Amino acid sequence: MQTANLLPLVLVLAVVAYGLAYMRSRAVAAPLGGIRNLKALPFYYAARAALWCAIPALIVLAVWAGFEDKVIQGIVIASLPPDTWPESAGQASLILSQISNVAAGSLNPEFLPEHITGAASLLEAMQDKSGNFKAILVVLIAVLGATFAWTRVAPHINARKNVETTLRRIFFVCAALAVLTTAGIVFSVFLETLRFFDRVPITEFLFGTSWSPQTALRIDQIGSEGAFGVIPLFTGTLLISAIALLVAVPVGLLSAIYLSEYASKRMRSTVKPVLEMLAGIPTVVYGFFAALTVAPFIRDLAAIVGLEASSQSALAAGLVMGIMIVPFVSSLSDDVISAVPQTMRDGSLALGATQSETMKKVIFPAALPGIIGGILLAASRAIGETMIVVMAAGLAANLTANPLDSVTTVTVQIATLLVGDQEFDSAKTLSAFALGMLLFIVTLLLNVLALKIVRKYREQYD
Amino acid sequence: MNTMSPSISAEADMRSKGAAVPVPDGRRKDTLMEDKPEDTVIEEGKTVGKPFTADPKFKLRNVDVSYGADRAIKNISLDIGRNEVIAFIGPSGCGKSTFLRCLNRMNDSIDICRVKGSLELDEQNIYDSKRDVVELRARVGMVFQKPNPFPKSIYDNVAYGPRIHGLANRKSELDDIVENSLRKAGLWNEAKDRLDAMATGMSGGQQQRLCIARAIAVSPEVILMDEPCSALDPIATARVEELIAEMSESYTIVIVTHSMQQAARVSNRTAYFHMGHLVEVNETDTVFTSPQHPLTESYITGRFG
Repeated sequence: MQTANLLPLVLVLAVVAYGLAYMRSRAVAAPLGGIRNLKALPFYYAARAALWCAIPALIVLAVWAGFEDKVIQGIVIASLPPDTWPESAGQASLILSQISNVAAGSLNPEFLPEHITGAASLLEAMQDKSGNFKAILVVLIAVLGATFAWTRVAPHINARKNVETTLRRIFFVCAALAVLTTAGIVFSVFLETLRFFDRVPITEFLFGTSWSPQTALRIDQIGSEGAFGVIPLFTGTLLISAIALLVAVPVGLLSAIYLSEYASKRMRSTVKPVLEMLAGIPTVVYGFFAALTVAPFIRDLAAIVGLEASSQSALAAGLVMGIMIVPFVSSLSDDVISAVPQTMRDGSLALGATQSETMKKVIFPAALPGIIGGILLAASRAIGETMIVVMAAGLAANLTANPLDSVTTVTVQIATLLVGDQEFDSAKTLSAFALGMLLFIVTLLLNVLALKIVRKYREQYD
Repeated sequence: MNTMSPSISAEADMRSKGAAVPVPDGRRKDTLMEDKPEDTVIEEGKTVGKPFTADPKFKLRNVDVSYGADRAIKNISLDIGRNEVIAFIGPSGCGKSTFLRCLNRMNDSIDICRVKGSLELDEQNIYDSKRDVVELRARVGMVFQKPNPFPKSIYDNVAYGPRIHGLANRKSELDDIVENSLRKAGLWNEAKDRLDAMATGMSGGQQQRLCIARAIAVSPEVILMDEPCSALDPIATARVEELIAEMSESYTIVIVTHSMQQAARVSNRTAYFHMGHLVEVNETDTVFTSPQHPLTESYITGRFG
């Protein structure tokens, strides 16, 4: 039986175990004078039965499904005549895919050597057998687990403690999963980054001022040498993010102050959801808004003033990105400002402070950590944003501080490096990992810095 | 000032613990069921005792406060004299805090709150549309139920008001104001060595005295106190009550309290509120020894609360 079918089956068994144990706990309690004489509520006996039924069965299922293919493949390869044994991992996977294609019926066996077709039938038989064993084993373990829990439905056994402990472990596994995933991603990016630095020296990457990742694909091909200086990308990213934050922080913060301190309840309940809707617009929509409306407008405006602006400019991308991240700043700031206790406002107002003085001197310092948190979230959105920049700021890696020029960002380069058919061991594709790693480190440092600043200036109320 | 007989205060203490209390002669009776003081009809606008004084600081006439459709204050007229300590007492929800908050327009921040009638401070209308609330609140300071120091240093808390109102031209002047205010609030000796420490790190009683110092720092004429001791332990309460007695020489003090003993200890006059009505106002001694209204008597003897 397939793993996909076994999974719901185990869950159904768990539900059945839950029901049976529930009924049994009530039946056990009845002669004693009601469920008050049990050590735990019927729910806990039932939940323990369901957990005993599902968890061991699922663990066995996961382990089996994880090693099934590897074991079967090993046996199949070993069954081949010794003279046809593969010499390398690549060859082995070639032969295996041939065998499994025959087994699946997508390759005509007539044109293939006999040892392949033989192996194919062996593979099929093994897979059948494994599937059956797996199904029987899993169901058996589920039933055994449930039966064990069933026998332990007794008034003197405290099922509540078992259930609570098990749930705590499940929660821990979930938390650990998130952490391990992050660590895994960082680790794999780190390994690829090391491979990149084998090809390009780290000093050139960090301090080079020109970026043009086109390298020759073959040795005999005529192509440019390729330059991997990351500085123009980071200045581009910083330029656009700075413009975006220059728009988003004042607009977002002031609108948050208006909404939380000055607006009437009705106004707030209308305006806030509308502002938050800005966050729901897909970035590609912002992108064409930036490329088709804002960028030409800026170019025309610059022409009137007598400046020269390219039709794709950092300013256009930054302005639109700023609008996009306004809700991150405003919504979070509004929440934390509203969370400052009313007694603080009363204290200040009763001393004769005006509303704006109260805001500036009491509420804002108290809400600072949350506000910085909102700004950080907005900043990381700005740094990570790709689509708007591709459409409105271009791909040219210019080293410039002029917002009217076209620039490019780290994320845009990562996207263009990996899009399309690429071989995976050239400096060009590997540089994407190095860029990702550097971006990760930079945002991490920004976060640490911001936390330090917050800790220094916050005014904590209790 | 403590004029309450021992039996009254003992009964009032016990009353707070449960509905049925043993009365002095040993019978048990359910205080709520027997007399039903809530059923006593109060005639609107009729206040027993002496609500008016000559040359009042506050002259309040026919004050009506409503939250939306709810009338919280029903046609109250009262004078508050210069440099007197007046206590507002009454059961929860009787409107005494609402009435207090009208005196420096703290109710303004509540959208649905409407205040009608004539409220005058030194013969100037408090609720005049041209009136500057900032100036009013500088003259009428307030101390709240829960100590609410700002999450700043002790110094900055006291200096907050003077800075806002521009009371000091130089740092040294500001230092003097802070020191004087802390001295008046009896906090200088405890705080002088840690003026830069966070105010939120002080004990509850110290925080409340800091809030008093903060109010004094802008040299108000009136100080409103909304149950200033309800979050404090008895020792801290005693300190604050001493402070009130000292301050009564230079300020008009209006104090809302749930503790009748406290009202008896600190105030010159006492006003008894009941369900939005001002039932009785008189010299504190008179209110506690010979109350004229049956409701007042029921309340101070602990029949309900």
